[in-house]
Amino acid sequence: MSGGGQPSEAAAVMSALVPLPVILPLCAAGLKLAIGARLERLQRFISAGVLAAVLVVSLVLLVAADRHGPQVMFAGGWAPPVGIVLVADRLSALMLVISSAVTLCVLVYSVGQGMADNDEVTPLSVFHPSYLVLVAGVSDTFLAGDLFNLYVGFELMLTASYVLMTIGGTLSRIRAGATYAVVSLLSSMLFLAAVAMVYAATGTVTMAQLPARLDALPDGVGMLIHIALLGVFAIKAAVFPMAAWLPDSYPTAPAPVTAVFAGLLTKVGVYAILRTQTLLFPGHRIGDVLMVLALLSLLVGILGAVAQTDLKRLLSFTLISHMGYMVFGIGLATHGGISGAVFYVAHHITVQTTLFLVAGLIERRSGTTDLQSLGGLARLSPLLGVMFFVPAMNLAGIPPLSGFLGKLGLLRAGIDDGGALAYVLVAGGTATSLLTLYALAKAWNLAFWRAPTPEMCAAGTVLEDTEADSDDDEDEDEAALGPYTRSTAPHVVLDRWEPAPVRRRGAATFGGQEITTSATLPPSMTVATAGLVLFGLAFTVLAGPLFSLTDRAADELIARTPYVEAVTR
Amino acid sequence: MTGTLALVCCGGVLFASGTALLMARPLTRILLGIVLIGNGVNILVLATSGAAGRAALLYPDSDPGRMADPLPQAFILTAIVITLAVTAFLVTMAYRSWQHSGNDDVPDDIEDIRVVRRATYAEERERLRAAYRKRRHEYRALARGEEEREAREHSAYQRLGTARDRYREMRRRARADARVFRARQARAEETAEEIEGEDDPWQTILGADR
Repeated sequence: MSGGGQPSEAAAVMSALVPLPVILPLCAAGLKLAIGARLERLQRFISAGVLAAVLVVSLVLLVAADRHGPQVMFAGGWAPPVGIVLVADRLSALMLVISSAVTLCVLVYSVGQGMADNDEVTPLSVFHPSYLVLVAGVSDTFLAGDLFNLYVGFELMLTASYVLMTIGGTLSRIRAGATYAVVSLLSSMLFLAAVAMVYAATGTVTMAQLPARLDALPDGVGMLIHIALLGVFAIKAAVFPMAAWLPDSYPTAPAPVTAVFAGLLTKVGVYAILRTQTLLFPGHRIGDVLMVLALLSLLVGILGAVAQTDLKRLLSFTLISHMGYMVFGIGLATHGGISGAVFYVAHHITVQTTLFLVAGLIERRSGTTDLQSLGGLARLSPLLGVMFFVPAMNLAGIPPLSGFLGKLGLLRAGIDDGGALAYVLVAGGTATSLLTLYALAKAWNLAFWRAPTPEMCAAGTVLEDTEADSDDDEDEDEAALGPYTRSTAPHVVLDRWEPAPVRRRGAATFGGQEITTSATLPPSMTVATAGLVLFGLAFTVLAGPLFSLTDRAADELIARTPYVEAVTR
Repeated sequence: MTGTLALVCCGGVLFASGTALLMARPLTRILLGIVLIGNGVNILVLATSGAAGRAALLYPDSDPGRMADPLPQAFILTAIVITLAVTAFLVTMAYRSWQHSGNDDVPDDIEDIRVVRRATYAEERERLRAAYRKRRHEYRALARGEEEREAREHSAYQRLGTARDRYREMRRRARADARVFRARQARAEETAEEIEGEDDPWQTILGADR
């Protein structure tokens, strides 16, 4: 727990390790740009090696932060108000471990996808450097010890994400990317304005110095800054009123890109909200507002998911919905709530990423993710069925799995809190869990469980009502009027119907061409997805130790002093 | 802290005009809006550094109280670089959009429209189905009434013949109506296909629902 007692050399080594999750990917990205499209094997080796190294460093940092308190690095030896500080406390280190494990798996998957599509030149020269910069940006936001560095981390991550979102430059991706880029840019501008407000009010942007100075501010000023920061982070985290950009933009990107965005980018927003609520403005009235937003997120998101017929969009809406759980825990601001929220973030990053990767595999198997056109995948590809079913049930919260444990922790924290709002949230959370199960079961039934061939599917789903009528003449009438499902009676005014919009064409490769479908799944993609499924299951097996870790992280967050002392000592 | 009202007002005006530009559809206008807002924010950051003063590092022996605060300037430099990069990216995106579609408007989400249309269609279908059932009942009730009336007036053979004839006549008309309707529908679909240049739009909307 305490920072004292460790030998100074060990502390120096640890301090040197802190910036590595940011520096390593950045250097690798530069190296890759220098190499260009040559030496494919070396390129892949560099990416995978660097991300594996980041994973190891993160694990070491997690152990160190858990045993000896927050690990701090002062860039260039400058003291906090002037220099850049990177801090790895339990929360940051845990986030780093999860994010680096997930990004490593997604990298392996994307290499597999590139090989399967034979477009190795385009993605390697653009995709890999952007992806590594994205990883560096995510690490930087987790480690940032001051608000301005947090802003820079966000920008690093977002700029890379614009490139990844519009990679290949097809029309649909440009369209989706425009929405995404404009919303993200606007939130960044507002963030910078909020940072300016913080600096004007307190004279510092170092997070360790802010608690004392913010507490000393007049109520109105503090409230204004608080709302500005939360508003910005809520856009990043896609909490309900600010979530409309997400399902519009995410599904058009290539599968691995969508997966890593869904897993990490929104969670970075949640991380920033968590820091704001615990370190900067603890015990504030705004917690109630957060809870209301969480409730709206939960319900609106999941109702949106129920209405979708495209698997990727369905998953995007469940993503918005489940953001509500984490914000709920943060809004409670109790020990149990924060611990549950951290656990849920860890669980959700993994599961949501896995589901999007599986959606990519489904696309590879059948050429589409439109649930109406899919069918019989459980028979055609049992492995795919298992890889979808396990994380789907995990997300819905079926008992032995970590989704259930995370929700249980949050709901129990809500009941312990005992307020009326908390009980409403508990009810809303339970309803959302059931509706998630409904939406995913619907997806399962349509894509996996019904009869395989499209013709059989059509035959099986259309003839529902004619059996009810027994009279021959009536059947003739029905026949005369054509299949009634095509709008029926003679008095229909045809002009009412405008020409329908065309279905989104599956342009799923990095280069934006039609994907190469195959009956057998590419091995490296399958291995990466299966690895993530197992990683998600590991949370179930290791739920005890993980929950005690998040409990300790919550202790540290609520106490505030370990973080502040580690930086200002 | 002392600052100038001029800087704050200038920042505010830039913010407002940028927001107005953001409301437009063309990506280039949105881009201009973002550039304006970016500069507005930078000016606001500059306003936080307080009164103007001497440069921090150039005059080592000057009184620190008379120096301008260098930290916001460092912030602004970073922010300018970031805005520059992102502006370049957005310009490329607008150009690419123009290459694809001849304009750089940001269109609505197609999938969203599709989901809404599907819901409207299902409601309309239910309404039509109900209307059809009602009409069929009316026909049948009418036919049955006729049958009963004829049963009172004619012999069994005749009665059967006339009632059946009338019913068949009505059915024939209904079928003719339906044929006309279907022909019109088919034509409408063909037209829609011509417009779209794609396959059956109803199939697109409904998939296996139909």
